[in-house]
Amino acid sequence: MLYFSKLRIIFVTLISLIFILIASSNLFKFSNDLLNKKINLGLDLQGGSYLLLEIDNSPVVEQKLQNLTITIKNYFKEKNIRINNLKISNQELSFTVDNQFKQTVLDEFNDEESNLNPYYPRFKSHQLNIEEKNDLLIVNYSKQGLVELKTSSQDQALEIVRRRIDEIGTNEPNILKRGNDRILVELPGLDDPMRIKSLLGKTANLTFRFVASNTEDSFGTEKLKYEDSSEESVVSKRIILSGDNLLDAQPRMNNETNETVVSFTLDRVGAKRFGKATSTGIGKQLAIVLDGKIISAPVIRDTIASGSGQISGGFTFQSATDLALLLRSGALPAPLNIIEERTVGPDLGQDSINAGMIALAIGFALVILFIFIKYKIFGLITNIALIINLFLLIGVLTIFEATLTLPGIAGIILTVGMAVDANVLIFERIKEELKDEKNNLIAFDSGYTKSRTAILDANITTLIAAIILFFMGSGPIKGFSLTLGVGIFTTLFSVYFIARLLTVLYVAKNKQKEGLI
Amino acid sequence: MIAFNKYYNKFNILSVSLVVVSLLLLTFKGLNFGIDFKGGTLIELRASESKINVSSLRDNLNQMNLGDVSVKKFGNETDFLIKFENNDNKNVIEEIKTNLDKSFGNNFNFRRVENVGPKVSAELLKSGIIAISVALILMLIYIWIRFEWQFSLGAILALFHDVIVTLGLFSLLGLEINLSIIAAVLTIVGYSMNDTVVIFDRVRENLRKYSDIKIFELTNISINETLSRTLITSITTLLALLSIFFFGGEILRGFSLAMIFGVIFGTYSSIYIANTVLVRLRVSQKTVLKEDGSN
Repeated sequence: MLYFSKLRIIFVTLISLIFILIASSNLFKFSNDLLNKKINLGLDLQGGSYLLLEIDNSPVVEQKLQNLTITIKNYFKEKNIRINNLKISNQELSFTVDNQFKQTVLDEFNDEESNLNPYYPRFKSHQLNIEEKNDLLIVNYSKQGLVELKTSSQDQALEIVRRRIDEIGTNEPNILKRGNDRILVELPGLDDPMRIKSLLGKTANLTFRFVASNTEDSFGTEKLKYEDSSEESVVSKRIILSGDNLLDAQPRMNNETNETVVSFTLDRVGAKRFGKATSTGIGKQLAIVLDGKIISAPVIRDTIASGSGQISGGFTFQSATDLALLLRSGALPAPLNIIEERTVGPDLGQDSINAGMIALAIGFALVILFIFIKYKIFGLITNIALIINLFLLIGVLTIFEATLTLPGIAGIILTVGMAVDANVLIFERIKEELKDEKNNLIAFDSGYTKSRTAILDANITTLIAAIILFFMGSGPIKGFSLTLGVGIFTTLFSVYFIARLLTVLYVAKNKQKEGLI
Repeated sequence: MIAFNKYYNKFNILSVSLVVVSLLLLTFKGLNFGIDFKGGTLIELRASESKINVSSLRDNLNQMNLGDVSVKKFGNETDFLIKFENNDNKNVIEEIKTNLDKSFGNNFNFRRVENVGPKVSAELLKSGIIAISVALILMLIYIWIRFEWQFSLGAILALFHDVIVTLGLFSLLGLEINLSIIAAVLTIVGYSMNDTVVIFDRVRENLRKYSDIKIFELTNISINETLSRTLITSITTLLALLSIFFFGGEILRGFSLAMIFGVIFGTYSSIYIANTVLVRLRVSQKTVLKEDGSN
């Protein structure tokens, strides 16, 4: 255990120097590309917002089932089967058919080749389930069908969320999928997430619909509230234009009315439809509906064929800007709910960094002082190893560009406290060996050998805890487990290479000295 | 040599009572779960004016129909921590801001806002419990591979003791359980195990060395031989933890406190629980030699 080859000495010195350099690159700016890495600060240290969004897929399911009613009707009409009493409730579609056709309908739904109900061979499952209950046939999404639906709406939502956040222009946002119906958004440096929260909370489903003059509309009608008052209007369900037809939207100042408006440009299809609707509907009210609320319902005075127009609705410049942004980035497939939010202001982050660093400095100083008093020259060796250990730990975190959190700093301090354990185990063992063995070299050698299993055990138990925390924990806790876990490896290196090397060099020079430790 | 073994019985009775009391506390008083596990909203405020105090803040917030609002000082005189349960109002933070600005002037800095919905808090609690259970199981497996079953039992009883008594103390003092406490408990599990294993390692070594010394004496010899290491490591770890506790800021206080308790209990349990289990199970040289033979 005591022999070190020249090569190994060079190797250990080199590694230590490299890591000291890498670790200190966090403090100084190096132009070198290789070292141009830095530890990222977690949101709790640099300030920022963490938002966990959950997609509410139930409206999507309802909408898809709504579309399905028409598909089913038409599909079986061709086969001369009449579908009756189509109803949607509780995410289920129910209908009746004459008894003689029941089996045919069931067979069609369970046919792997049919277009009516797509079949996923990989999962051996249809998109929809059908079952018979009393006289009713009940159709709902199968487990796999629901997964497909959720995944696709998550993909769409992620894209829209990204566009909206990019539009606001925060620096380096982190937008990730979680499970199949959640989206995680991390916004470093943002101390007031109000605006983003309100932007993400809106589906931004825009439609242009006529205000119904008579309640007898072939598409049906619904009563909708106005955005800024409790008034209501009856609006046709027929959609003339939707947000999908928008090419661009911008906030503008209307010079005539001195009002802030949102001006929009339509795509070709949209412009055509808008032109037709405005020419046939002169004198009628056209309601502009956003997420089920009427923004305004101006009376059509002229045919608008240019494919551009304005939305007014008592906007402030801010609200017009936000609406334009929402319209540009498109509608979310389903509403998003913020189910977890953690926001830390930048000054608290800085306070946490300061507190963490002070605690680290004091903890470190106390441990070093204690070990030096206890072991003198070997204390010094342990302390040198401990300092290099700290550089190694920070160096490894830098190489992986790991995220340092406040609990992560706690993990580093704790590593400092526990890292001396291995050297203490070794030195205490050597002391015991020296009671029976007068030869320093032999005593040191067996001290190292005999303490090895205990040191390994001790570190494996801590490693187990760190690994579990890493995989089960979230955010800051992950940061803690990371520093704790990496700390175990750097500790073992610093104990068995650095401290041992220094010990060997010292003992070789003082072979004959009694009471060495 | 300190005669630790003289007090085996007394401290066993103490430990059993501590565990029983802790379990009673956990059952009847329960834990003070923070918003991570209970759901709700937390706001850390800093007032720029020293005239603002807890009761005026509380009166003000109570008018807002937030349900059960708790307002506490946080660290120093001008920092406050406000907590309330989940409500359906999505703009509640904005409204609180407006309301406080209206009543106290523009004097507040919202330093931290956390809001955990009921679904997320239930998940966090579940994954916390799973994490601790998995950790205990893995430790059990590890120790079972490393040692004979008598040792495993001793180590696991010591572990359960440490976790239960630490949580019991948190219940008694009404300290908040949040995500970082779970991290602390897991680290305690690792630390306690580590301490026990070092002593056990020595017990096993001594069992092989001396055939004529009874386990009652032998554990005492082993404890004494490893005592200086046990103490030094506990001291350096405690030094690190105390510096986190005093200087690491308000957010890490609960975490470091749990760890400090844990290290103390862990050190105690390695000596007075893990070893007494060996004594009570009459572990002898045969126990370890049999294992050697079968390997």
